[in-house]
Amino acid sequence: MAEHNNIYYTEGLSLPETPPPGEEPGFWKQTRMVGKRIPRVDAYERVSGTAVYPSDITLPNMIYGAVLRCPHPHANLIKLDVSLAKKMPGVRAVITGQTPAARNLTWKYNNYSGPLFDTRCRFEGEAVAAVAADTHFQAWDAVRAIDAAYEVLPFVADHNKALSEEAPDIHDNGNLAGRDEYARGDVAKGFDAAEVVLENTYETQCELHTPMELHGCVATWDKDRLTLWESSQGVYAVQSEIAEVLGMPLSKVRVIGHYMGGGFGSKLKPGKYTVLAALLARQTGRPVKLILTREETYLCVGNRPANTMQVKAGVKKDGTLTAWDFACIGPSGAYPAGGTALVDWQFRDLYACDNVRCTSEDVYINAGPARPFRAPGHPQASFALEQMMDDLAHEIGMDPVALRLKNIPEISQGRNRPYTTTGLKACIEKGAQQFGWEKAVQQARAHNQTDSRIKRGVGMGSCVWFVGGGGPPSTVIIKLFRDGSVNLNMGASDIGTGTKTVMALVAAEELGVRPGVIQIEYADTETTQYATPSGGSKTVPTESPTVRNAAIAVKRQILEMASQDLEVPAADLDYGGVEIISRKDKNKRIKVTDVSRLKKRGVVVGIGYRGPNPSDKSVNPFAAQFCELEVNTKTGEMQILRFLSANDSGRVLDRLTYDNQVFGGIVMGIGFGMTEFRQLDARNTGRLCNRNWHDYKLPTALDVPVDMESLPIEIDDPKANNTGTKGLGEPVTIPTAAAIANALFMATGIRFTRAPVTPIEMRRHLTAIKEG
Amino acid sequence: MDIQNSDNKVAKKQGMTRRGFMQVMGTSAVGASLSRAALAAANQNETPEIILSAADTVKINLHINGADRSVLVEPRWTLLYVLREVIGLTGTKEGCSRGECGACTVLVDGVPRYACMTLAVEAEGRHITTLEGLMQGEELGPVQTAFLEEDAFQCGYCTPGQIMSVHGLLEKTPRPSMDEIRVGVSGNLCRCGAYNHIFRAARNAAERKIK
Repeated sequence: MAEHNNIYYTEGLSLPETPPPGEEPGFWKQTRMVGKRIPRVDAYERVSGTAVYPSDITLPNMIYGAVLRCPHPHANLIKLDVSLAKKMPGVRAVITGQTPAARNLTWKYNNYSGPLFDTRCRFEGEAVAAVAADTHFQAWDAVRAIDAAYEVLPFVADHNKALSEEAPDIHDNGNLAGRDEYARGDVAKGFDAAEVVLENTYETQCELHTPMELHGCVATWDKDRLTLWESSQGVYAVQSEIAEVLGMPLSKVRVIGHYMGGGFGSKLKPGKYTVLAALLARQTGRPVKLILTREETYLCVGNRPANTMQVKAGVKKDGTLTAWDFACIGPSGAYPAGGTALVDWQFRDLYACDNVRCTSEDVYINAGPARPFRAPGHPQASFALEQMMDDLAHEIGMDPVALRLKNIPEISQGRNRPYTTTGLKACIEKGAQQFGWEKAVQQARAHNQTDSRIKRGVGMGSCVWFVGGGGPPSTVIIKLFRDGSVNLNMGASDIGTGTKTVMALVAAEELGVRPGVIQIEYADTETTQYATPSGGSKTVPTESPTVRNAAIAVKRQILEMASQDLEVPAADLDYGGVEIISRKDKNKRIKVTDVSRLKKRGVVVGIGYRGPNPSDKSVNPFAAQFCELEVNTKTGEMQILRFLSANDSGRVLDRLTYDNQVFGGIVMGIGFGMTEFRQLDARNTGRLCNRNWHDYKLPTALDVPVDMESLPIEIDDPKANNTGTKGLGEPVTIPTAAAIANALFMATGIRFTRAPVTPIEMRRHLTAIKEG
Repeated sequence: MDIQNSDNKVAKKQGMTRRGFMQVMGTSAVGASLSRAALAAANQNETPEIILSAADTVKINLHINGADRSVLVEPRWTLLYVLREVIGLTGTKEGCSRGECGACTVLVDGVPRYACMTLAVEAEGRHITTLEGLMQGEELGPVQTAFLEEDAFQCGYCTPGQIMSVHGLLEKTPRPSMDEIRVGVSGNLCRCGAYNHIFRAARNAAERKIK
C-alpha cells in the first residue's frame, strides 16, 4: 500500500468546503494546486517515447491501407480497373464503389449526403479506391497499379469567381452554399453621423492545419465489433459518425484516441479514410493501419478557407464608432462546410457600435472541403477589423489603443445580453502597460526618422471568441481507492493542451491528493464517459467543472461514511484530504483510509455532470496582443522582435500549459499572417501547387521571437461555471496577424490588406512605392 | 538539386545494383551529400550482376541504442520505416517522409539525421540512437528531463525529434547561444508552436549536462 506522504500534499492545509447534497459548490477563493506552474502529468510518456499515438499502433497480423485519389479538381471517373492491382505482391484487398460492402454507403458533409465513392469527383484528392497490403510500400505499389481514367470537367478554384456566369456548377443547385445576413440599428444613419468614413477590402488566404501527426487510424474487427485507434480530437464524435455510416449500434464501435499529434480542428471528425480502413479490415479479416501521407493531408482533411472581406466603417472624431458595414465571401470547398460561418462575429460583438450590417456568402469551389480551424472565421475577420480600427485611429489622430478603449461594449451586442465577465478593457489597458506601448510607439517613430533601411513598427489588436464557455453535456467519474489514491475517468481528449493535467489539478484541489497519483482514463468510448470533442476552446470550461462535481460527489459519500464511524453528522465534518475532522470537536477525526465502509467496499465512485451555463449571460474569453517588429526595406525581410498576449480566459488552471498555449497561438498566427497560404493553380489545372512543408511554409524556430510574454488577466467569474474558467486555445491566435499587419503599417506606411505578408509581398509593395 | 538528379541518372541508367549501391553509400557520410567523385565512381561501375526488385530483401545489421540487431529489409525501406514498423521503436515519429519536419530525427553516429531520408541499408554498421536510447533505464535523460520541466511540447508528436536535435546540438556545442539553439532546432517543425519552451528546455538541458 502506498504511503500517505506519497498521496497527499495537504499537511496543515485546508481543502475547499464540501457543499451539502443538492447545493452548488462555492467559488474557490484561494487555490493550492490550481494556477501553479506544474509540469504535465503525462510529460514522462511524451518525452520518453512510451506515449502510443494511433500511428504507432502495430497489431498482430496487421496490414496497411492506402487510398487512390482523384488527381483532378473536377472530373467524372469513367474507368476503374483494379485487376492488376489485385495481383500485386502482398495485396489483400482492393475496394471501390463497386465493392458490395461499400456500394450503398453514404458520406455526409453537413446537410449534404452523397455516395462514399462518388464517380463525380469535385476536388483533387477525392477518394476513388482503397487497397490493403502486407506492407505500406506494397499498398502504394498497388494504388499506382490501378488503372483509372477520368473525364476532366471545367473547374473553379477562385471563390471570387464561383458565382460568375462562366463558373461551372459544382452542385446541381449552383455554387452558392449559403448566405447569412445580420443587421442591427441603421447603418445609413450611422454613416451620416460619422465624421470619418473609410472603406477597404481585405483578403486572407487559405490556411491548412497540417498537424504533425498524420490523419489516420488502425481498424480491427472482432466479429461484429469494430475497434478504431484514431488520431482524433473527440472519440465519441468518431464513434457516432462511423456507426451511422456503417449502420452499426454505437455500442459496437469502440474508438480509442489516447495520444494524438495535433488537430487544430481538422480532427474533430473522422474521415472517409476511417471508413475505408474499417471496410478493408472487415474484407481481409485483419487489422488495417491506414495513415494518410502528408500530401493527402494537404488535399482532403480540411482547411481554413480564404476570405474576401469588404469593410466600411464610420467614426466620430472623438473615437465613437457609428457604423460597420461588412460583407464577405469565402469558400466551403467542394461540399458544404460552413466556410464563412462566424467570419462576421468580431464585427457584431467586439467593439461598441449601434449600427452594424453583415453579409456572408459561402460558395463552392473545386477544392478540399473546409473543416473548422482554430477559431473558425475569427483571425480572418480580425485581420480586416483591427486594421480598419488602426486606419480609423490614424485618420482621427487618436492612439490605436485609446480608440479601442473608447469602444468597449457593456454587453454582448451580438447576443444582446451581458457577458458573465469581460476582460476586454483590462486586456488592452494592462497589456499596453506591460508592453510599454507608448514608449515603444515613440521609439519606433523616432527610429523611423533616421535614414536606416531597417524600419520599426509596433502594432496591436484585440478580440473576443464567439464561444469559449463550454457547457453540457459531460460526465466524469472519479474513483477513490481504499488507499486514498484516485482514478479520474473522462471521455475528453487531450489534444496537446494539457487537458489531463489541468483536470488532475482540479481533482487534486478538491481531494487533497497529489496530481501525480491520479490515474487518468480518457478518450475511449468503451471505458470512459461521454464527452463532446475538444474544440471551440470548450474543453476546460466544460470538463473542469464536471471534474470538480465528481470530486465533490466522492467527498460527500466519504463524509457520509465517516459520519457513521465518528457518530457526527456529515454536515459537521470537514474533508481534509488525509483526514476527516469534526468542526465542533477537533478530537473527533478519522483518516480517510480508515473509514470503515471505504475499507470494506474498496472504492468510492463519484459521478459529476456538467450543469447548465447561465441562460441570461454570455460566457466569452477576450484577448489583446501587441507586437514589435523590424522591416528591412531593402530586402523585404521582416523580423518580429517581441510579442505580448494579454488573455482573459478566466481562472488559470496550470500556468505552465497556459503560457505554452498562448505562445503557440501566437506562432500559428504568425503563420497565418506571414508565411502560410494554399496555392491552387487557378488558371491552368486547378491543382494544388504546394502540398508539402517545403512549399507550404510553417513558422520555424527561426521565424518566432524569443521574447514572448503571456499576461493572464484573471477576473473572478463565478457565474461562468464552478471553476471560473473560460477557453483559451482559440483567442490566443485571433488578433496575431492583425497586430503584425498594424506594426508593418507603422514600419513602412504600407497597409497590407492581403495576408500573408511574405517577404515577396513586402518587396512587391516596396518596389511599387519606389517606382511610384 | 544536382545530387538528386545525378542520383536518379545513376538509378535509371544502370538499375540499382546491390554492389553499386553499397559502394555509393559506403563512400559517403550517411545522409550527407554524396560527393561527385563517389557518383562518378558509381557511374563507371560495370554491368550489374543482380538487379534487385523491390520485393527482394537484404539482411542488414544495425546498431540501435547500443544493441546489435539484424533485420531483413527491402532496399527501398527507410530507416524510419524499419525503426517504427519492423523493430517497433515508435518514439521516432513520421511527419512528412520527405525531410521537411524533423519528427523522425535520430542520431546517426552522434549526428542528428532525418530517418525518413536515410535508407535502412545506408544505416548498416552505423550507430543509431533513438529517443528510447536516451533513457537511463526508466529514468529520463537530461534533455528529456529539461523538456518535461519546461513543458517544451504540446501534442508531443514532434518532441522526440526536437529532443534528438537538442541532444545532438549539446554534444557538439555544450554551451549554445540562443541563436545556436534556434538554428539547432530549426530543422524540426512544431505545429503547436511550443518553440519558446523548447528554447528554454535546450538551455535547461545545457545547464544540466554541464553540472
